[in-house]
Amino acid sequence: MKAGTNLEKVLESGKFTVTAEAGPPKGVSAEVMQRKGELLRHCCDAINVTDNQTAIVRMSSFAGSMLLKQQGTDPVMQIVVRDRNRLAIQSDVLGAVALGIGNVLCLTGDHQKFGNHPNARGVFDIDSIQLIQALKRMRDEKKFLSGDDISGEVPLFIGAAANPFADPFEFRVSRLAKKIKAGADFIQTQAVYDVAKFTSWMEMVNDRGLDRQVHILAGVIPIKSAGMARYMRDYVPGVSVTDEIVARMEKAEKPKEEGVALILEIIEQLKEIPGVHGVHIMAVGWEDIVQEIVAKAGLMPRPAV
Amino acid sequence: MIISEQKPLEEIRKMVADYDKILILGCGTCATVCFAGGEREVAILASALRMAVKIDGKEKVFHEHTVKRQCEWEFIDEISEKLKEVDAVLPLSCGIGVQAIAERFPNCRVLPGVNTCFLGLTEEAGIWSERCVACGNCLVHETGGICPIARCAKSLSNGPCGGSVGGKCEISPDVSCAWQLIIDHLVALGQLDRLEEIQPPRDWSSSHSGGPRKIVYPFQEGNQAEVER
Repeated sequence: MKAGTNLEKVLESGKFTVTAEAGPPKGVSAEVMQRKGELLRHCCDAINVTDNQTAIVRMSSFAGSMLLKQQGTDPVMQIVVRDRNRLAIQSDVLGAVALGIGNVLCLTGDHQKFGNHPNARGVFDIDSIQLIQALKRMRDEKKFLSGDDISGEVPLFIGAAANPFADPFEFRVSRLAKKIKAGADFIQTQAVYDVAKFTSWMEMVNDRGLDRQVHILAGVIPIKSAGMARYMRDYVPGVSVTDEIVARMEKAEKPKEEGVALILEIIEQLKEIPGVHGVHIMAVGWEDIVQEIVAKAGLMPRPAV
Repeated sequence: MIISEQKPLEEIRKMVADYDKILILGCGTCATVCFAGGEREVAILASALRMAVKIDGKEKVFHEHTVKRQCEWEFIDEISEKLKEVDAVLPLSCGIGVQAIAERFPNCRVLPGVNTCFLGLTEEAGIWSERCVACGNCLVHETGGICPIARCAKSLSNGPCGGSVGGKCEISPDVSCAWQLIIDHLVALGQLDRLEEIQPPRDWSSSHSGGPRKIVYPFQEGNQAEVER
């Protein structure tokens, strides 16, 4: 075991894993985080806490992760390289580990121009692959990026993202391979709607034997309405919501139910794809639907490991 | 080339408000090529300002002059006499020229007439784009001759990020994804395998992060030691 977190244990047990996402509030309310944790903790194995997602300032992922940890939930602390340099990131990781956080997801982060502080200076001191490498070095060699020694162990279960739907498509597998080589233990993908494209990406992943080196959790985002489907199709970079999905949501009499049905169909297919070890459900602002999705997908109860 | 862009007339009007005699000073090099501050722009700006102050009912005098290069002492010394007739100078040069004027003529009020934008290339007449951020640590031999530090919005050394779609950057459909360009170029060269290697964290100490930079050529080293003493 690298960090011995619940997420690591469930993935290592070979069981189909479920993670979910909880965005911290645009304010100081611990209850918001705790309420999301309460909604999600019984139906998933770990909860991702986003880090200024879409470049909008929120409570830090570190604090959000701690609030979940205090509830007895296993958090995945997300870190984007947009907002902090190598000094700040390494010190946050030491603090997080000291307080019992073991899972970290390494991300580049959306460009600051998308957020509520578009005039901010983007940091990007290191990139997400270099961040993975840095965390692996902290854990395995007990050294900082500078080569200085760290006192004590830094147990970490290191995650990374993959987007099979961004371009160039052929290079996406090479980029995944680089993340694994850098030290990623688990991967959470961008939301899958185009299952055929995802399947062909997974075939390329498996052909290179990468599925045996890393745990891949396929991302899903339940769609609430036709408007949301259109928005994701037209404005969210690297998400491939198809016209068929938009049409289906537009025709639906009860869009929320249709959205759940759609996501369940996708999860059913994802479960059958070799190399997919779980799903990562990002129900942004719709956390209360996750339990129903997990139950209807036949993934309850979550294993006690 | 250093690409600059003239500030909006309104902003320049506010800057000159407190002065009566102003020298608009063009630069014959980069600022001329990018239509920000050559002889022609000096003349156009001078007439625009004359018109503006007339409307405001003020009396101001605008002198016009263009030097070959504002970033070298020998070319700016020629304006010392002209400066005696004015109470401010409005250089239409990049930040280097503006500061050279301020440094050479410390009693002179200096009002920057352009914004210095980037180190770039004239793609075609009237179109300029950034190519270099002067990071002091060139890596383009690894990236097919295309700089991801200057041309990727996130300066990624191991790109592309998940926002690259259809060859475009997530920040704008008008911006090419530098990593798509790099990959296309390396594919054409049959060298895509170069990208399998993980690039280590960059040494930013050679960039502005390391503080203002200076290069002293060997024959100057003695003089430099003298100056510092």
